[in-house]
Amino acid sequence: MKPAAFDYVRAEHLDEALEVLRREGGDARVIAGGQSLMPMLNMRLAQPKTLIDIMRLGALARIERKGGTVTVGAGVRQAALLAWPELHQALPLAVLALPWTGHVQTRSRGTVCGSIAHADPSAELPLVLCALGGEVHLRSAKRRRRLAAKDFFVGMMATNRADDELIEAVSFLASQRCCAFREVARRHGDFAIVACAAVATEEGARLAIGGVADRPVTREFPRLEASALDDALNAFACDLDARDDVHATARYRRDLVRLIGADLVREVLR
Amino acid sequence: MKRLPAGQRHMVQLTLNGKPCRGEAEPRMLLTDFLRHQIGATGTHVGCEHGVCGACTIEIDGHLVRACLMLAVQADGCALRTVEGLAPAPDRLSVLQAAFKRNHALQCGFCTAGILMSLDIFLRENREPSEQAIRDLLTGHLCRCTGYTPIMRAALEAAAEMAGGSSGEESDA
Repeated sequence: MKPAAFDYVRAEHLDEALEVLRREGGDARVIAGGQSLMPMLNMRLAQPKTLIDIMRLGALARIERKGGTVTVGAGVRQAALLAWPELHQALPLAVLALPWTGHVQTRSRGTVCGSIAHADPSAELPLVLCALGGEVHLRSAKRRRRLAAKDFFVGMMATNRADDELIEAVSFLASQRCCAFREVARRHGDFAIVACAAVATEEGARLAIGGVADRPVTREFPRLEASALDDALNAFACDLDARDDVHATARYRRDLVRLIGADLVREVLR
Repeated sequence: MKRLPAGQRHMVQLTLNGKPCRGEAEPRMLLTDFLRHQIGATGTHVGCEHGVCGACTIEIDGHLVRACLMLAVQADGCALRTVEGLAPAPDRLSVLQAAFKRNHALQCGFCTAGILMSLDIFLRENREPSEQAIRDLLTGHLCRCTGYTPIMRAALEAAAEMAGGSSGEESDA
């Protein structure tokens, strides 16, 4: 299908984009790489009156590493993050997960912040942000605020971003701790049936699951004996409230959470 | 800041396969439709229109892009390369195209334009690609005729021929 009609605004300064958002709010949408929003427009699931293109704002296309934090601007494409020379050292989990985000042909345009703004429950980047305890940097004409990943995602494709705000950047806590990622999908690059990320922590491991609940969900696991870990994972799988859909049953999803979860927790605690 | 009102046509100027070209587009017009209906470059095919099938994949400023997930007005000032730009001359196929022909790597041909564009960039950047790397690249395309095996064969053959370098970028197949 074709998108419904909209005004197209090409912002040349961030202030311009923020001003349009202040005036038009819920009737306007910000477009960056468009790899999530364009399908929504083509299928008319989104019908904004105004589209604000922020990809000519060079200042947003930066990746910055400061102290223990990596800040990725709203203009940074997924391919650019994957090609960032410091990625292996700073965000090894992103090295594992990014190749699962769409395909080469969509990562070349899709942005890191755009995927997070879209908040698909099966998407890899929101999962990585949650697993690493990241933050979303929101900005409007009036204020700036930061939300922890767990407070940003509120449901399926629903976030705590206000209508007059855009995501200026997201920040990940750099972590050299042992991490692991695995995903089950019908085809590499398709929506995840289950996506699973694990990171070693002081006390044990943090497991993050995507594709099952209506948003990425994390849980901390202390070091446990094998049977106790299985029980804890079973409880986690049941708490995720999996649903049947055309791709997989809820039961299959719970099975995957238990099996992959156990593998990954063991892997990062080895 | 530039605001292009809905329902009005706006001039879009770009470079297509090395030649300057221009046309008019409403803000909502997809790049695929602009290429096919405004410019008349119908080599780029329109399949799913939500970025899944890969039929509309083209090269923009050196990167692979789904033309159905981009607006024509966003391509203003960009350099585009489409399947029409692959053959070195009207009566000659590129190494990759010739390998497709030899290996029966297409049947209906609907997906082929996009797959050729992906492989063209990929083989330029990866002179000795692994089979797995080509398979990963092809996950971004759907082909319902070939079962992909002849496409893999053609890609590997083209890679070997390009690595040999004897015939350069051209072939008389």
